[in-house]
Amino acid sequence: MKRLAFAAITLLIAAGFSSHSKMTERERAQHALNRLSFGARPGDVDKVLEIGVDRWIAQQLHPESIPDGAVEARLQNMPTLRLSNLEIMDTYYKPIVEARRSVGAAAPGRSAAGEAPAATPEALKAAREKGREVVEDLVSQRIVRAAESERQLNEVMVDFWFNHFNVFIGKGPDRFMLTSYERDTIRPNIWGRFEDLVTATAKSPAMMVYLDNARSRGGAINENYAREIMELHTLGVDGGYTQKDVTELARVFTGWSIDPRTGTFIFRPRMHDSGEKTVLGVHFPAGGGIEEGQKMIHILAHSPAAAHHIALQLCQRLVSDHPPKGLVDGVAKKFLAGDGDLRQTVTAVIESREFWDPSDYRAKVKPPFEFVISAVRAVNATVNNPLPIARALQQIGEPLYGAQPPTGYSDKGDVWINTGALMNRMNFAVALANNQLPGVRASIADPKATALELGSPEFQRQ
Amino acid sequence: MIDRRFFLKSSGLALVAGGLLPNVFVKMANAATTRGKKVLVAIFQRGAVDGLNVVVPYGEAAYYAARPTIAIPRDTVLDLDGFFGLHPAFASLVPYFKERSLAFVHAVGSPDATRSHFDAQDFMESGTPGVKTTEDGFLSRALTTKKPPSPLRAVALGTALPRILSGNANAVAMTNIAQFGVRGGISEFESMYPEAFQASRILKAADPTKLQPENSAQYPNNPLGNALKQIAQLIKSDVGLEVAFTDVGGWDTHAAEGGAQGQLANNLRQFSEAIAAFTCDLGSRMGDVVLATMSEFGRTVRENGNRGTDHGHANFMMVVGGGVKGGKVYGAWPGLTNLYENRDVQVTTDFRDVFAELLTKQLGVASLKSVFPGYDPKPRGILA
Repeated sequence: MKRLAFAAITLLIAAGFSSHSKMTERERAQHALNRLSFGARPGDVDKVLEIGVDRWIAQQLHPESIPDGAVEARLQNMPTLRLSNLEIMDTYYKPIVEARRSVGAAAPGRSAAGEAPAATPEALKAAREKGREVVEDLVSQRIVRAAESERQLNEVMVDFWFNHFNVFIGKGPDRFMLTSYERDTIRPNIWGRFEDLVTATAKSPAMMVYLDNARSRGGAINENYAREIMELHTLGVDGGYTQKDVTELARVFTGWSIDPRTGTFIFRPRMHDSGEKTVLGVHFPAGGGIEEGQKMIHILAHSPAAAHHIALQLCQRLVSDHPPKGLVDGVAKKFLAGDGDLRQTVTAVIESREFWDPSDYRAKVKPPFEFVISAVRAVNATVNNPLPIARALQQIGEPLYGAQPPTGYSDKGDVWINTGALMNRMNFAVALANNQLPGVRASIADPKATALELGSPEFQRQ
Repeated sequence: MIDRRFFLKSSGLALVAGGLLPNVFVKMANAATTRGKKVLVAIFQRGAVDGLNVVVPYGEAAYYAARPTIAIPRDTVLDLDGFFGLHPAFASLVPYFKERSLAFVHAVGSPDATRSHFDAQDFMESGTPGVKTTEDGFLSRALTTKKPPSPLRAVALGTALPRILSGNANAVAMTNIAQFGVRGGISEFESMYPEAFQASRILKAADPTKLQPENSAQYPNNPLGNALKQIAQLIKSDVGLEVAFTDVGGWDTHAAEGGAQGQLANNLRQFSEAIAAFTCDLGSRMGDVVLATMSEFGRTVRENGNRGTDHGHANFMMVVGGGVKGGKVYGAWPGLTNLYENRDVQVTTDFRDVFAELLTKQLGVASLKSVFPGYDPKPRGILA
């Protein structure tokens, strides 16, 4: 689906392609940095040329082989990143729940008799304040890693897969579950098999809260997760399922829940609808259990519809807002042939002719996260305090972890551009170039020239 | 324009009802003229609000049978017409209904059967249900049929330009009208983005943020309240606004929806109070304005196992403002015993019928052929 280019952004759309029939080696290095990292720092293009573009890409496809000590050292200052889901819930969420209950009990019209001494609204405020440590660490680590990690493609793919399996920070206790979700569910699985990634998200407390599956039980199903795992996570909206399939799949996933004693997944046979079911033509006789959901995840993750859906989204993210059909079909084929191996699938995108098509050079509009981080990298800024950057992202329209709908943020670039958004981008460029973001420092000789460069149409593209 | 029925009605009612009506209506009656452009304000409730718990068919036993724990009890609904009643959290809007400047349409929606939030929103904003290749939004298409524009003819309050306004109408998205401009005095930016600067200059000259809410209007401090307060400022400052849009999420109540109180009730209260403040703030100027609400689909008639509701089909719309033949719930009511796919409210009014009327009568769009291609809208007589 192609959007009309509206007048305000004609400049952005029209400019930007290689003037050569084939990218030069220097353009190839620049293009690789534009698409497979959060933008080049000064000197990065030369470094990639020195290593060799293809070799640099091969390294990036194996992030575990790239030393990243400096970033790891920085993350040591963020203690909540090392806490388990249960520890975070106990330390940060429980006090809020207790204070809330206590404040509620003390409210007029309710008897506080027999209850623990009522907490004051101040106690609730303090508990919430303390809870912000978790969110600040979470947001900070993502910004620091995107801006400074040597494993740049890994961070690009973390952003992609988190967004694909989006969980909104504002749903229930999810703000305290995203630390574990990103660390234990997303990050370890993005270079493995797609089925394992789907399984990990299906069993993650964060997802079960976000899409309500933790509460779904036999005779009282909740179809929220069943719909989205098919529509958004695997098959795609045109993947050929019916409303009946949604309802039946919801029955399959009843009993997939959270164990409050461990803060992790538990299957509760007594909550499971053990009746007979048929999903997408697959029949389950009565008396089944957890294996029904496992089987359905296997089927969904290996279906041609899912292969196409994942291929399309990856191509949209890495190649173009409107990737050619042939490219998507080719990547989908590799996905299926490789048993959903995600490293092979991403490699297939990067090795395609279309990825290196000169018409795609600097042709895709950067979403806000890419724009902001690439600006920070372009001026080689030292980010001692990532929070002003998080606030800028909010203004430009992509608050981290802040996508409310399960769709996540758009992988397309052009949806992010309008006059208002451009104003916000220019203002960020001015603030960054003039060292006006507290805790973000860059040595800039000519702030005006730098602001103009970062705010220019060309810099909005990758 | 003094012939807007809104004022005639208002003045008549004000005389009849005397002190019973809020002051704002008396003020409206006293307004001799209106001077501005006609404005359409659209609010999208993203996530599918549970319309059955907003405009409640409290006269129908099947409603209570289907919702044992989340129904709005008969003794708490605010009666509208003896059959429908409003959720008590909509109390601040009841006076406008009684005064007949506010109407509801029930069982309204899209003919497409999708229960995907994303697709359903996309179809509703493109104005072409079932067609995924439409490139632009229907409000944008509606505006491009009209004479050349102010750079601020179409404004979306929010960071991203919504689908409904994307296209050739040059709509502008902004979160804060006071900060719409580039700081740092770098004039070279202007040649890079001329349209943005033109809009910014007009806005700066009009200085709408100096306009404080009038008629003692109290906007709730929430995103919708802030958006509507700024839309009111844009309207009052005559910058050429014709269409304003904003959206509000949080309606996807799959679990613990609540009834007369609870999750949905809290959201509805925030929602209705923001709109009531807007209407009150604009006072007589409301004669130039129609505000309409929409949501991608309704929710299941029966509550689910988590005291919530799942994705359904038909929903409600609300229309308030000058020229609205209010005090009525429009739309043929299909009842709750003959359900769409045995679970949802049937659609009896296409959402395009409602918008067709708003576009022609409020915005003066002459032809809807390009706005709703392949569809022949049936006006429902909601606007005078």
